[in-house]
Amino acid sequence: MEAASLPAALELAAGGGGAWLSPEKLAVLGASLLLLRRDYRFERVWFWGCVQGVRGAYYIAEGLGADRAAPRSRLYSLNCVEWSLLPPATEEMVARAEQLKGRFHGDPSFEYECTEINAEDAERLFEGGKELMIKEESRLVATIEQIDRAVGIIPRGAFVKTPLGSVHENRNFEGLSLTEAKKLSSYFHFTEPVNLKDKTLLEKADLDPSTDFLDSLEHDIPPGSWTVQLEKGDTVVVLRSLLWLGLTFYHVPMTKQYGYVYFGTGEKNLDLPFML
Amino acid sequence: MAEPHRDPPPRAVPREEQEWGRRDRPGPEQDSGQPPLADSGTGREPYQPQQSEPGPASYVRQGADESQGLGKHIYQPPAPGRDPHQAQDQRGSAGQTHAPGQELCQSQSPIPHLYRPPGAEQASYKLQTPELNSSQRYVLGQGSHHTQESRQSMYQSYALGLDPYQTQEPKSAYRTYAVGQDPYQAYEGGHGPYQPHEPGYGLYQPGYSPYDDQILNPKSRTLAIQNAKAFLLKSSTASGMNLYDHLANMLTKILDEQPTNAVDIIENISKDVKWAQFQKKMDTLRDEHEILPTFEAAEKRKALFLKANGEGDEELEEEVGETPLPNVMETAFYFEQAGIGLSKDESYHIFLALKKLISVQPVRTCRFWGKILGLEMNYIIAEVQYHEGEEEEETEDEEGIEEGGKGMGEVEDEDEKNEKEDEPPKSTYKPPPVIPKEENGTGANKYVYFVCNEPGKPWVKLPPVTPAQIVCARKIKKFFTGRLDAPVVSFPPFPGNEANYLRAQIARISAGTHISPIGFYQFAEEEGDEEEEGGGGRDTYEENPDFQPPSVAEMVDSLSTWVHHGQSILKQGRCVWFNPFQKSEEEEEEDEEEEKAEEPDELQQEIGPPLLTPLSEDEGIQNIPAWTAQPSTNLIPQYAVAVLQSNRWPGAYAFAAGKKFDNIYIGWGHKYSPENHAPALPPPVQAEYPSGPEITETRDPTLEEELAFRAAKEEALAATEEEEDEEDDVEDDEEEEDD
Repeated sequence: MEAASLPAALELAAGGGGAWLSPEKLAVLGASLLLLRRDYRFERVWFWGCVQGVRGAYYIAEGLGADRAAPRSRLYSLNCVEWSLLPPATEEMVARAEQLKGRFHGDPSFEYECTEINAEDAERLFEGGKELMIKEESRLVATIEQIDRAVGIIPRGAFVKTPLGSVHENRNFEGLSLTEAKKLSSYFHFTEPVNLKDKTLLEKADLDPSTDFLDSLEHDIPPGSWTVQLEKGDTVVVLRSLLWLGLTFYHVPMTKQYGYVYFGTGEKNLDLPFML
Repeated sequence: MAEPHRDPPPRAVPREEQEWGRRDRPGPEQDSGQPPLADSGTGREPYQPQQSEPGPASYVRQGADESQGLGKHIYQPPAPGRDPHQAQDQRGSAGQTHAPGQELCQSQSPIPHLYRPPGAEQASYKLQTPELNSSQRYVLGQGSHHTQESRQSMYQSYALGLDPYQTQEPKSAYRTYAVGQDPYQAYEGGHGPYQPHEPGYGLYQPGYSPYDDQILNPKSRTLAIQNAKAFLLKSSTASGMNLYDHLANMLTKILDEQPTNAVDIIENISKDVKWAQFQKKMDTLRDEHEILPTFEAAEKRKALFLKANGEGDEELEEEVGETPLPNVMETAFYFEQAGIGLSKDESYHIFLALKKLISVQPVRTCRFWGKILGLEMNYIIAEVQYHEGEEEEETEDEEGIEEGGKGMGEVEDEDEKNEKEDEPPKSTYKPPPVIPKEENGTGANKYVYFVCNEPGKPWVKLPPVTPAQIVCARKIKKFFTGRLDAPVVSFPPFPGNEANYLRAQIARISAGTHISPIGFYQFAEEEGDEEEEGGGGRDTYEENPDFQPPSVAEMVDSLSTWVHHGQSILKQGRCVWFNPFQKSEEEEEEDEEEEKAEEPDELQQEIGPPLLTPLSEDEGIQNIPAWTAQPSTNLIPQYAVAVLQSNRWPGAYAFAAGKKFDNIYIGWGHKYSPENHAPALPPPVQAEYPSGPEITETRDPTLEEELAFRAAKEEALAATEEEEDEEDDVEDDEEEEDD
């Protein structure tokens, strides 16, 4: 969620959170995120959320440049005061981190052992000269990337794609209407689209290429992996992901307020099909 | 290029001369020219200067005229609802669109002077093409890029003239457009030279596109366009509307509503637009419907804030002293310091909702237990203890139901016993004994829980939990939907619906995560009871009036400063172990005693950790401790609050600050397990019947065995015969001796 509107936004989205931000953290984030913006010359800074480890929590911020759809820079902090830049996520990192299970430890230099590799993989790794240990930092990066890719969402029409290909906020976005806000098709994954090109021509005809350039939530697998609820007396629409428990998206219909934040343990809910 | 085009014109010319001859007779005055454009008659004057231009238009005109003429002869009526004007223009525009466009037609001019209104018609063709384009958009569903461009080009064409874009699409539009155009498709297939009377003659012949590369004079075009627009803006003498506005409205309506097959209903759309002029705009209806749900919800919330009526005022004086209402805001404040909990105004709403609950139910203590999230709605849960004696009514009802069920069971058994002989073998399955639930007020049912979906909605009481439900709840993992009567579909099948599942999970969470600082609670002083209960443990505790809270640092550093005050639940599903075979002696007399005798050996008394055990004895999961302790702030240690998070039940929190402490749960209601959930497998199939020798198959005897058997039999026979013979002989001998 936008750093500038963090306190108000948290009030709106706080219905589902157990762990949230204490007033101290909230106060310090207001200042430190602004400084982050200055130091790294970001155009926008988003407070992404918090991954709770056993002994400590990681607070994550993302910085966006001129093209909002470009890969974002991610920073983490243990106390919301000092931030460190995370390395960009690679596919290999993501693949290796997917094998790890269990909670985060809270110590960025902690190393996990890859105990679940087959014999073939182990040989390949040895030949490649790579280590069998994964640092928690890499796991953090991979987890954030996975979460953003899988469940980072925006309302339809909030961003527009210019003919040159870059993506900007839509200044004419006045919010979704109440009926639209209850439908999953009004929300998009804010990441490279996967399903878009598989649509039939007829479906594509109804799309507006300036705003419909992303995948919508309608066809997420498994169906039912999002809960849509109206909270605070039907004034805020809150979407929660069941695949990554802890991801909360809020939007106040007919206003420009929206955002998503993750407060959780950083583990994918692989039991989802049993639980629905 | 001129040459191929000449072929049709020579043939066309004479006809046109005929037609135009009519017009020419009045001379170059142009007033009388009544081209097929009936209503453009008055607009002729401005077009006079364009006579030089008309040349290129001739080609178009030709085609148009021909089609027009044909329209007169053959194509009247053309497609339903279309006037010849439109038809002509469509074809004309269709004809236009093959190549870079009208520029070509304008440059070719075999007979320039004849074509007075070409500019108008061209312009009108141009004007028509955008309409074509926009309607194409709905017919075809072309990529929106096209449509955007077409829209742009539509407006541009009003201003500037032809865009290359216009020309690209209509080819396909041309194909799909309507009935009248099917013949044109035929042309593109190259069906050979067409006769002048056939439609589309001269318009488009394969290889003979008339609109190849000629560029128009821009100035004359803009003028032509302006003229066309002026013409369209002219108001009708009958109705006061003008065509321009009507077309604009119609197109706006189509673009807004995006009907399917707009082209087929375009006439109706046009009529509707004309109608709408005379109807009042009634938009307010729609808005009201939309906002209704929020209004209702706001009403409910507002009701919370209304003070109770007169009766409430009298009781207030009594209640101010001891109210069971917890200070939710204070607790929320402490949790907020720790960064946990709900937003402030939701906490306040819950506060008021609890107040309402207390005013309705006779409760002794009440506590905000927490919030469980669900798929459709969430649950807000209050933990309540009744005054003693208040609950008995309900328990009687439940027992009555159970006894009734038992009576039925006995009657059925007797009937079945009578018929035992002829029935197929009965199942020998004996379900495990039902373990009765704990009494209300003890063990897992110590507290009564009320839930509601949102503050403002009525509170619903959850039924007490049975051990079977707890045992089953341990094996399944399901999301809550938010509706208490929803079925829980799972394996092993959960005995109950969502209300029971919710209650079971609440019981498990309470048992596992309700903690307090050490010393806050102490046992009652009657220690003699310990031995009598057979290891069941002490059930009750009370507040310690001499409680000295350890410092926050101590509370965070060591987990032994915290104790569980929620009694843990045994594997059986109860807090106090229950031996199902002690009380079943009466039943044993009826059933066979042999089978029963085996079972009591297997069940052993289960013992759980006693009440008030410190947290340091909690097992972690793999290498994660069961609890994570943190102070709320490192910067101001004097006023920090000690906060504990449970790792076994993510979402369970506890805080302690001086003498105050509390527990809360906010989460989805599931236990944490690092491994994936594996559902229980169904039990193996039971044997249908006991196997005994009478139904067991034995091996058939082999030949040798049979022979041996027979030999043995014969020997036996022979032996008996010999004995008889001997006896006979003896008797005979005796008889002989007697003689």
